[in-house]
Amino acid sequence: MDEILEVLEKDARTSPEDIARMLKKKPKDIKEKIKKYEKDGVILKYKAVLNKDLVHDEESRLRALIEVNIIPQKDVGFDKIAERIYSFPEVSSCYLISGTYDLLVVVEGKNIHTVSSFVAEKLSCLENVRGTTTHFLLKKYKEDGVILKHKEENKRIAISY
Amino acid sequence: MKISKKVDKMQPSGIRAFFDLVLGMKDVISLGVGEPDFTTPWPIREAGISSLEEGFTSYTSNKGLYKLRLSVSRYLRNRYGVEYCPDEEILITVGVSEAMDLALRTIINPNDKILIPTPNYVSYGPLTELAGGLPVYIDTQKTGFKLTPGELERHIDDKTKGIIFNYPCNPTGISYSRKELSQINKVLLKNKIICLSDEIYADLTYDFEHVSFPSLPGAKENVVYFNGFSKSYAMTGWRVGYACGPKEIIAGMTKIHQYTIMCVSITSQMAACEALHAGKGFVEKMKREYARRREFVIDGLNSMGLTCHKPQGAFYAFPSIKKTGLRSLDFAQKLLKDEKVAVVPGTAFGVEFEDYIRISYASSFDNLKEALRRMGAFLKK
Repeated sequence: MDEILEVLEKDARTSPEDIARMLKKKPKDIKEKIKKYEKDGVILKYKAVLNKDLVHDEESRLRALIEVNIIPQKDVGFDKIAERIYSFPEVSSCYLISGTYDLLVVVEGKNIHTVSSFVAEKLSCLENVRGTTTHFLLKKYKEDGVILKHKEENKRIAISY
Repeated sequence: MKISKKVDKMQPSGIRAFFDLVLGMKDVISLGVGEPDFTTPWPIREAGISSLEEGFTSYTSNKGLYKLRLSVSRYLRNRYGVEYCPDEEILITVGVSEAMDLALRTIINPNDKILIPTPNYVSYGPLTELAGGLPVYIDTQKTGFKLTPGELERHIDDKTKGIIFNYPCNPTGISYSRKELSQINKVLLKNKIICLSDEIYADLTYDFEHVSFPSLPGAKENVVYFNGFSKSYAMTGWRVGYACGPKEIIAGMTKIHQYTIMCVSITSQMAACEALHAGKGFVEKMKREYARRREFVIDGLNSMGLTCHKPQGAFYAFPSIKKTGLRSLDFAQKLLKDEKVAVVPGTAFGVEFEDYIRISYASSFDNLKEALRRMGAFLKK
């Protein structure tokens, strides 16, 4: 992977000027490369990683992982029905997977009722959806490589040889 | 109470007081740390935990776990093509520090001379003296902090027993190409001088492949090779290192080791096995990160006029502070007081390095950026 991407994936706020100094390149070249990555869809967006457990407001969300069994369609396989599912705004992630079921759908809702009614009234009713199993998320420990805990204090002594 | 003359005259570093000052201050950004800012990778920590759960709580063989010596032997064969027999030519030690002490005590007869290119890691001189030897320092300031064959030859006489050679070097980060090493090796072989090669930073070499001293033609029987887990695998607190060398020297070192240390902690040895088994990917990732910080820091220092040779390895820079007119300890104290940035005065690594400071870039990018900003402000005053 290009080191520009490695740096940005770690900290998206790193300026092109700083990246240029780290990699011994011209800032202009770095800017152009980043533009190209954005245009090509390699870099999709820049966002903050939140620990939502610490965000106490009415917007706090409940998450559920839903296993979905599907009858594939001729020619398009799973793609068409997957699109019908992931287009719902309630769906935050959607994966086709191997194993005993087909799609793993991550759904977010205000509370248990909104999530249940999404499953019962929208997801399950879709043609080609053969069955669903819903798992409500109880606690998040780690997400996208980030451990959701307060940063540990640096334990090194401040000065040493 | 009177203590021994030898210990009494050991340099009580004038910098200790400065270190205490740093440790007593809050909100300091420290560029004075000689260890990685990463925590030991989880699989290695987990191996240590598992070994405790499984009840590995006893002594090991004096030389260290056979499994670990075998892994070290394989690692050196694969990486450098050097063959060391795990039975007779490898000793597991409490870091390179212990190994260096053992080696010096094993080879030195009273008043034998040991060459030490400067600036150098702090323990070499005192350990040589404790072992009854005489340190002979070779100042490398005029040759870009590199030992040259000419300077080496100039310092050799019939009492010269060995040289402590450290590359990539703490504090300069300077390392050597195969050609440069071969020239040094020729001088050492010709004069029958033992090379104590401290290669603890070998895995953190950026511009070229690290060349191990015992892999040079004809060198192996003349070299004690030192390495360890502290820097490459971020395992400083585990205290595991090793020495490899001719079996007579390793046997001698093992004798001292068995009476003073007995053996390295079994937990640490088990974790070290895992490091050699599964740590390579982690080392590579960490090295890329250090390499980026290096460019950033060197560029920053040079552009504020603290000129600096480009280090090829380790995680240190050794810039000149000559233009400030301050002596190194004064500079460090003032910088700490005015801007809350800690660095190590150059004199810690040799009395002649009044015009230098050591900067460690084993610190997060945000810290480095802020520290450089503060140093820039300090210099403008």
